[in-house]
Amino acid sequence: MTGDVAVMGVGMHPWGKWGRSFVEYGVAAARAALADAGLDWRDVGSIVGADTVRGGYPGYVAGATFAKALGWQGARVASVYAACASGAQALDTARAQIVAGLADVVLVVGADAAPKGFFRPAGGDRPDDPDWLRFRILGATNPVYFGLYARRRMAMHGDTPDDFARVKVKNAAMGALNPLARYRNPVTAEQVAASAVVADPLRLLDICATSDGGAALVLSSMEFARRHGPAEPVRIRAVSTVTPRFPNTVLDLPDIATDSAAAVDPPGETFRRSIARAAYEEAGIGPEELSLAEVYDLSTALELQWYEDLALCGEGEGAKLLRDGVTALGGRIPVNVSGGLASFGEAVPAQAIAQVCELTWQLRGEAGDRQVAGARVGVSANQGLFGHGSAVVVVQ
Amino acid sequence: MSRTRTPVVAGWFTEGGDGFRLLGTRCGACTSVFFPREDHRCRNPACGSGELEEVPLSRRGRVWSFTDSRYRPPSPYVTNPELPWEPCALIAVELAAERIVVLGQAAPGVAVADLTVGMEVEVVSGVLHEDAETTWTTWQWRPTGARQDEGRGMTGDVA
Repeated sequence: MTGDVAVMGVGMHPWGKWGRSFVEYGVAAARAALADAGLDWRDVGSIVGADTVRGGYPGYVAGATFAKALGWQGARVASVYAACASGAQALDTARAQIVAGLADVVLVVGADAAPKGFFRPAGGDRPDDPDWLRFRILGATNPVYFGLYARRRMAMHGDTPDDFARVKVKNAAMGALNPLARYRNPVTAEQVAASAVVADPLRLLDICATSDGGAALVLSSMEFARRHGPAEPVRIRAVSTVTPRFPNTVLDLPDIATDSAAAVDPPGETFRRSIARAAYEEAGIGPEELSLAEVYDLSTALELQWYEDLALCGEGEGAKLLRDGVTALGGRIPVNVSGGLASFGEAVPAQAIAQVCELTWQLRGEAGDRQVAGARVGVSANQGLFGHGSAVVVVQ
Repeated sequence: MSRTRTPVVAGWFTEGGDGFRLLGTRCGACTSVFFPREDHRCRNPACGSGELEEVPLSRRGRVWSFTDSRYRPPSPYVTNPELPWEPCALIAVELAAERIVVLGQAAPGVAVADLTVGMEVEVVSGVLHEDAETTWTTWQWRPTGARQDEGRGMTGDVA
């Protein structure tokens, strides 16, 4: 057991395409989280920022940028980059500082102003960069990989495009209840089917957009929370940031090939499954104890994959879980009641933090129309470029 | 003016007398195979040997999955902006001997409707694009027309 840390405050800037600086979104989210915690910025002993993403790599420095914008007050600072998992690694860094006794109160902030259109690699000739090479040689955008995964599920498990559309319909219905979401209109299966194919078999409404947004957390030691905060704060119980094991036999962004299993048999579980298992083991909590989950639905088909990787159901049973209504609001284990990436669009460094904001509101019973009744335990999961992934277990 | 044929990446494939082959490397100590090639150290964490030798990869494999690009990819993918974008199929192919999945473009004229998971394909020489002096060459996958077997691959992992 690592020991819990308390979630003293959460805050977000609404997602959208606002056309302003990421600093503005991050500062707004940070101030909201501090207000929620009832703390002053000058009470914060450390700030950890999740760097923006540009061309697959770290863009703007986050930690010091937010510290300066909030007003230099001498806090310890760190910035982390782990592609889509950057927010969770920032949270993990904050937790480690608290558990180690380096800081009592840590502010975690992620925000971005996403460029329009496909994510693209950094400029210039970069033949040593796998992210550059996949665009140069193959024109393989992120949706190309999402399309490969979706088609594989259709071949292996009998999933259909209708199943994928059903994920969008479910998440759009929940996003319509979330004032922080970018897309707040219900979507029908017919609308998904009528949208343009981007990467067969996936259509435009199967694939998440890129957005502007910001999210922040104020974390503290349990002792600090007892002295200053609510008697029973929401707590972070586990953070998984494991890497793959050789040979990684599932084609991973931005790679052109998998590892070879010619000499060494593949591990008994995929990378994504190992991310979830590590979180469950650290938390001492199993999937049967979950009240809800927030997963990275970069595509509709990937949400179904997460059901299986989080062991909410057996392999190949994700579509059935969805069809049976188990993952809808009111079901046994609602998934993406925030509306998910389907309703937010991805603001990369903010997204994994936003997942934890949603879990916190749910566990406090403050989620309004999208509240999961009696929520006690939540998990978030995500995966990004270069062998990064995360899962966070939050408990009440 | 005749153009020079140049591989889009040096050392990843050969068009020698033996026909077109993808080139990887194999560890002399543990026999792990790498594509794209590793020339410095074996990435098997139990090995780490520096004895890596170039090996041609299997010509044929089976479709692990496939998709296409319906929209023009961004730079550095090179296209002629004056021409309409033609969707390009991409195929992830599992090579049985190497137990590896390699992504590539489909040969011209091969569309997603022509493909199924488990179908046998072979690697062929292809042209990525041409400019004034150079024909940039690459690898492509093309169905062999061989009878299809059951689609489950050796590595068995989904997505």
